[in-house]
Formats: sequence, C-alpha cells, structure tokens
Amino acid sequence: MRKITFRQAISEAIEEEMLRDPKVFIMGEDIATGGAYSGVTKDLPQKVGPERVINTPISESCFTGAALGAALRGFRPIVEFMIGDFYAVAADQIINQIAKARYMSGGRVTAPITIRLPNGGYLNQASQHSQSVESIFIHTPGIKVVCASGAYSGKGLLKSAIRDDNPVVYLEPKILYTAEEEVPEEEYTIPIPGSKILSKGSDLTIAAYGYQVNQAKEAIRSLPQYSVELIDLQSLSPLDSETILQSVSKTGRLLVVQEDYAICSIAEHIAFLVYSSLSAKIKVRIISAKYAPIPFSPPLEKYILPQIEDISAAIKEMLGQE
Amino acid sequence: MQKEIVTKEYVEKLAGQGAGTIILKKGSIITPLAYDYIEENNLKLEFAKDGETVSVQKDEEDFGKENSDLEKLSYSDFKELPYNIVLQFYYLMIKIRFFEEFAKAYKEKDIIKGDFVHVYLGEEAIAAGVCTALKREDFITSTHRGHGHMIAKGADISKMFAELLGKADGYSKGKGGSMHIADIELGILGANGIVGAGLPIACGSALASKLNRDDSVTVAFFGDGASNQGTFGESLNFARIFSLPIIFLCENNGYAISTTSDYGCSTPNIYKRGLGYDIPSQLINGDDVFEVYSACKKAVEEIRKNSHPVLIEAVTHRREGHWIGDPQNYRSAEDLNDLPKYDPIKIFFEKIKARSDFNVSDLEKITSEVSEEMKQAVAFAENSPYLPAQESVKDYLKE
Repeated sequence: MRKITFRQAISEAIEEEMLRDPKVFIMGEDIATGGAYSGVTKDLPQKVGPERVINTPISESCFTGAALGAALRGFRPIVEFMIGDFYAVAADQIINQIAKARYMSGGRVTAPITIRLPNGGYLNQASQHSQSVESIFIHTPGIKVVCASGAYSGKGLLKSAIRDDNPVVYLEPKILYTAEEEVPEEEYTIPIPGSKILSKGSDLTIAAYGYQVNQAKEAIRSLPQYSVELIDLQSLSPLDSETILQSVSKTGRLLVVQEDYAICSIAEHIAFLVYSSLSAKIKVRIISAKYAPIPFSPPLEKYILPQIEDISAAIKEMLGQE
Repeated sequence: MQKEIVTKEYVEKLAGQGAGTIILKKGSIITPLAYDYIEENNLKLEFAKDGETVSVQKDEEDFGKENSDLEKLSYSDFKELPYNIVLQFYYLMIKIRFFEEFAKAYKEKDIIKGDFVHVYLGEEAIAAGVCTALKREDFITSTHRGHGHMIAKGADISKMFAELLGKADGYSKGKGGSMHIADIELGILGANGIVGAGLPIACGSALASKLNRDDSVTVAFFGDGASNQGTFGESLNFARIFSLPIIFLCENNGYAISTTSDYGCSTPNIYKRGLGYDIPSQLINGDDVFEVYSACKKAVEEIRKNSHPVLIEAVTHRREGHWIGDPQNYRSAEDLNDLPKYDPIKIFFEKIKARSDFNVSDLEKITSEVSEEMKQAVAFAENSPYLPAQESVKDYLKE
C-alpha cells in the first residue's frame, strides 16, 4: 500500500470533502498564499477553485465567529488555526458561541464546523506555540474533540469531522506532519466517537492519543516480554469509554499516556472512570507533561514532555512487581 | 450624558433666525449633513461648557466628501413613505413596547427569574426602522438587549415570552432565556450574551451570501460598548476586505452598562471608527424611526446592487437601566428627566401628524390588536409547562 505523510493525508481529506460537498469551505491565515504553518492547503485553490479557500487576515475571533455565521446559513466551514495555541484569541467564539449555539437554541440549530488546531510540542517552539490545548474543549459540552496519531487516522477522522453536523475540534500533532503511514487510495472514514485497539495484550492496557500513540508503540516494541494492549483513543470527546473499560477489565492495569498536563485532563478522567466503574484496586498510572509552560530550550522541553523511556519505565514498574 | 442630535433642519432653523454662531449643548452630536450646512454657510460653531463657550473644529475635514457613498445615504422625506410602511413602524414599535413593559413587570414581580433582563424600551425606533427596511430573507445578529430586534424581524412573541419564563414552549425550550433566542427561518441568527460577539457571526452570514451569490443583507446590531471590543475592529476590517453585504448597526445609547461612552470611547462618534476602516459610515437619530428606516433602506438597496459594508450609528436613549433592577445611580437627574423628550413613539406621533393621510383610528386599531396579541402571548407562556428536568442534558450535540 502507498505511504503518505500526515500532512498529505490532511490535504487529501480536505480536497476530497470539498469536491464532494460544495458547502464545505476553508478559512484561515495564509492558507492560499503558501505561508501557512501546516502547509496542507498549498495546492488547494488550484484543485477546488479559489473561492472556497479563504485567506483571512490575522483575526482569529472574526474568522472563527464567521465560521459560525456561515454554518448557521448551511455551510460546513473548516477553520485552520496557524498554531493551536492561538485558539485562546478566539476562545469566546469557540467556547461561548460555537459550542453553545445548538443548546441555547433548544436543539434547533446545528453548527457543522471543523476547527483544525496544529497541536503540541517536541519542536522547540516555546510556550506560546507548543501547548496541548485539548482539555478546555473536552471540558466544553457541545463540541467534539478528535486527535489523529498519523496519516491513516488523520485522513479518516478529518473526513468524518467535516461531515459531522456538530462542531469538531480536530487536533493535529505538529510533530507528525512529516511522518508517513500506509493510507489506502480508496475512500474511508473513521467513526466519531470510536477508538482503535492497535495491539492486543493481556497484562496491561495503554490508552494514548496523538503523538503519544507513536511513542507508546516504540516503548512496547522495546519490551517484547510484556503483553500490552494499546488503545488509540482517537476521539477524546465523546470518549469511547466502553473499549477502555473492556480492555482494563481484562488486563487489570491501565497506563494513560498523554502530552497534556495531568490536572483536569482526559487522563485523569479515564483514571476516575476506571476506578469508579471497575475497581479501586486496579493499578492506574498517568504519564503526562510536567506542570509548567513548555520551555524553548531542547533539553528543557525534553524534560517537561513525555519520552519513550518514561513509558518503558512505567510499563516495567507496573508489570515488574508481579 | 445624553446626546443631543443636531440635524441640518435644526441648524437651518437657527440660521434662519439670524444666528451667525450656533451654540450647542455640551455632548451634542452633529450629523454630517448639519456639518456640511454649517461649513457651506460659514456659520460658527460653539459648544456651551460650564458657563463658558468653546469653539470646536470639525476634526474630520473631508468627511462626507471622500466618502462619496455617503451622499447616496442621505435621508428621504418621511412624508413620501407609503402609509402602510408608516403603520408598520407603529405596529413594531408598540409591539416591542408592550412586550418589554410586560417583561419589565414580570421581572419586577420576580416571575421572570435570573438577573439579566435587558429591555429595549426607548430604543424601539431602531429595530422597527431597520427591520422594516429588510426582507424576510435578510439576516440579523442581535445583542443582550435583543427582544426588540427579534420582534421586529418577525419572532413569535408567545414563544419569546415563554422563553423568558423558562418554559418548554419557549424558542429554546427554556434553555436559552432572555439573551439566547434565535430563529434561522426568520433570519434571526441569535441574540447574544457576550458584548461584541455577534459581529463576527454576522460577517460569516454575509460571507455565506457572497458564496451563495444571493442578494441577502446581514445586519449586525451592536452598541457603543461593543465598539470597544476587538471583534468590532476585526469584523469591520474583515467585511471591508471581502466587500461583504453587511450593515454594522451601532445603537449608541450612551451607556456601556453604567460606563458612559464619553468616558469609555475615544470618540463620541462611533461612525468615525467606521471611516477609519474605509467603510461608508453615517450618523443618524436613532429615536426617529423615519430616519432609521430611510438610512437603512438606502444602505440595503446600495448593498444589494454593489456588495459592501456600511456602518450606521443610531444615537438613541435607554429608558431603563442596563437590566431591570439596575438602580442607575450613575445617571444624572437631568439625564433621566430628559428621557420623555426622546421617546421614539412620541417622536413618531409628532411626525405622522403632519401627514395628510394620517388617521388616528388606524393607530388605535393597531394598539388594541397588539394589546390583545400580547395578552395571549403572556397567557400562552404562563400555561406552558417546564421541560422535564432530565431533558436539560440533551440538545448540546446532534445525535
């Protein structure tokens, strides 16, 4: 099967959905000039026509709010943020407007908007360009949150997000843009919500999303003596709780790996879910970023963010005591 | 401080009486046409200030000349308007008045819950004038003080009042309340609890009109307070660079909650901010429904022919506090005592009396019909049940 990068997978998903549905358009900074960080829309104006590739000024509140206005008029806008951290500039429009539009209307309106957020660190981009921004959206009713772990899930999840009648925050781990994966030529989508078991195992469940799925795979590969089940969460809100609980019921141990901080995060939620639904005796660990803004300097950033060896150490600690 | 609107008519009258120097009350707002008249006739303009007089220079030297579009947005004579349109003004204004008086009374009796009922009393002419100039296919975004806009755009007052009471038959089943009413079918894209948040949403609607290649116009209502939000600047710029079919309709009632626009705004004239974005911008008397309608009608016609944004600053007067229950300690006795002078329905009466086809019984008939409609709306709302509480966890995502 052909291999393409995560970046190409995103490009293909957007192009295919725009050709499929004339109500889909995309807005964002520098997306039609070749200057955007993600670079996924570079050739899009030629492929789908320039009208639906709207190069905006640096006005995050305005174009995010405009996505809602257009969505209320029957369009399916995709909003690209240059860097995920900039969501904070448009936080009111996402959290108070887009996410609540349906509820505040008593369920009469829909806001089918895809908000693409290049997310996370490992690239020495410092505190305002390296955050993992998912928790605030997971905490907000009215918006779905998905995160791909590579080109395959990237393409399928994005196509589903664009077709979803609800607002979806689509997180793009920036570190993965150049990573290649096998992606079929044929059309496919990945359901939201829905997780994926990447490897079967009997002794430990690892739940991860985004780049951490890749790091967990490496750690598991380096420890062939253990039987580890790896779940790619894919959809953080709504969460596929059932798959996690079924797996942990079997393995009796859970390690959640995320790049976000632990406090008030999906990992803490999953830990609570397992304790309250299964048993407080289940061994649960969380690997997350250390609680500080993300530093610039490479050795400092490395210290703050989860590394493969942290995951390996946790696996050994959790299974070695048996 | 309340704003006096100085119109060309007023200046003409003073000049006709032989005045070479026009002395105005401090805080007065001079319409562009009045400015032009003063300049053309070499009149001197002064503002009275604490017993002394201070000369004021017109600081936008080329205003109204560089912006040729403004000329096309001049006022038309109310006497030429079809009589049915004039009656429509009254119908909408009196309907808003009745609705808001009921909302106020029910809030004061604590039948409407919550701290935030922002009534539109005193500002009825703007919603009535603007929405009469729109078609059903046109769109609006509204504000926290949105009841008037909803009613003028055709919302059902029964469902509105039920929503204010938090009932199941309300527009949002009681989940939205006073500040969150929307009806896309009627072109109402939503009131809003966040000051300035409707402007970007209105830009998106106008963008949709462009992408659809239809000729619909979107009106973004906002206040003087919202003009200090970042979304205001972003939206004006966005609308201008994409030539969006949108009217930014500023309802300048002089107060952002309790902070006066004299204090909170760098300029007393919000329309000047529009000029800074190279958007045709105009100042009108928002208490005069004829003036609001004329300005808006001309802007709408212009935009349908040639898509572009327009800013209209309608100066008006908030009869009540920011919210019902606001003690309004920040308002002077003079300010409050002057309010009846600016009552849009009273101003409407003065003007309509000059028409030869005016028959007072027409207004009486409308009043009694609206009164009956309002009584039915209140009864409908009171008789509506609350939504079963467990339904409150539904409706945030489409299944």
